[in-house]
Amino acid sequence: MIQLDFLAVLAEWPALLRGAAFTLALSAVAALLGVGLGIACGWARALGPRALARVVAVYVELVRNTPFIVQLFFIFFGLPSLGVKLTPEVASVIAMVVNLGAYAAEIVRAGIDNTPRGQVEAARSLALSELQVFTRVVLPPALGRVWPALVSQIVIVMLGSAVCGQISAQELSYAANLIQSRNFRAFEAYIVATALYLALSVLVRWLLNWAGPRFVFGRLPAAGR
Amino acid sequence: MPHRTPPSIQGRRALTLLALLPLLAATPSQAQNALDEVLAKMQINIAIPTDFPPYGSVNTELKPQGLDIDMANFIGAKLGVKVELLPVTSANRIPYLQTRKADLVISTLGKNAEREKVIDFTAAYSPFFQAVFAPKGTALKGPADLAGKTVAVTRGAIEDLELSKIAPPSTDIKRFEDNNTTVSAFVSGQVQAIATGASVAGDMMGRNPKLGAEYKFVLKDSPNYIGVAKGENKLRLKVNEIIAAAKASGELDKMAQKWLGRPAGSLPE
Repeated sequence: MIQLDFLAVLAEWPALLRGAAFTLALSAVAALLGVGLGIACGWARALGPRALARVVAVYVELVRNTPFIVQLFFIFFGLPSLGVKLTPEVASVIAMVVNLGAYAAEIVRAGIDNTPRGQVEAARSLALSELQVFTRVVLPPALGRVWPALVSQIVIVMLGSAVCGQISAQELSYAANLIQSRNFRAFEAYIVATALYLALSVLVRWLLNWAGPRFVFGRLPAAGR
Repeated sequence: MPHRTPPSIQGRRALTLLALLPLLAATPSQAQNALDEVLAKMQINIAIPTDFPPYGSVNTELKPQGLDIDMANFIGAKLGVKVELLPVTSANRIPYLQTRKADLVISTLGKNAEREKVIDFTAAYSPFFQAVFAPKGTALKGPADLAGKTVAVTRGAIEDLELSKIAPPSTDIKRFEDNNTTVSAFVSGQVQAIATGASVAGDMMGRNPKLGAEYKFVLKDSPNYIGVAKGENKLRLKVNEIIAAAKASGELDKMAQKWLGRPAGSLPE
């Protein structure tokens, strides 16, 4: 019978807490930039010039059809041969932004595509500029419609950041791995890490579901959703 | 029976136990009988490295090869059982033993006090040392010179523990999952120095002569031992017998000569 000894792992709580905070920080930056990139790419694919839409389509397909860890290794181990050296932290953020950007682009595009034609025409007839039409009339309800999917994708990317420990970024699973390599309490370390990831996911989901209607797309009338 | 439990609750309890079963799946059915089980099943599970030439690597036919693999097959032959090789990394070889996925770990395993708390060791079977390596231009005479430098190391390996002990606080130790990633970090220039085993460094320098990497200073001389699960004395003593016989007959020297280019020499019991 294996004796579970959680105290040996919980004694390392500063490392676990630092790891969890780092994962959260990594995800926050990646979510902000990634969703921004996703909106730009979503616009390009749905409404942008054809040439730009093509380029974005290549980017989206490239990222969505390759594993995250390969993208991460390419940025961290591959780019130095082109003279670009990045710290593990910067490489992790870039990989996460690039990854989230591609998935978010498709989600946002779906929201934009579902905008009723009349809504755009009504906005144009009020003499709004194209930029105003997109940022004031098309985008907010589009984001409102796809917000749950977007939040899920952000959580997926956050959980995916567990592999950033492979390039020595000191996030949560790196901390768990380091602890278990020191005291050989592998079960306990991973059980604790799993519980922390679960807590982080619930927290992020709750926070984004709360913040979305208040700060991102406003309270929509039922018809706008 | 002092307390009688209603059958419905018993049923529920059984269900709860069933739900907990996966947690216990790693538990050995009985302790202290690994040798009997191996002989009964006519098969021994041995954890070996595949990222650690010349001790263990994968050849062009995708088969494991190396000193540790030869040793595993040697022990299997002496026991007269089939050998099942399980590829492991530095980071997960001890959990493999703890969860009884492996009966033996022959994976360039060094002995230290932390590890002795959780597993047992046989006598040593091959020589090994860990050191710090860096390009020729880098001035590194001893641990103190590591101040302010970035050093790559494989997490959980002996060199990680040694380096963590002796490096100045300003050293930026980058820990990677396995030897391949650690070497990649050094070869791609992401770190200034690498702390690793002599064999890995030799292989790395052989493949990347342009790096101009060289040996800087030794971290630890640590011969390799075979790991057995805590308390498996019967299996441990049997393996010790095999090692002692192989040492006397010159088999250990022959294996070391074949893979390391030098005889095993005197190894601690």
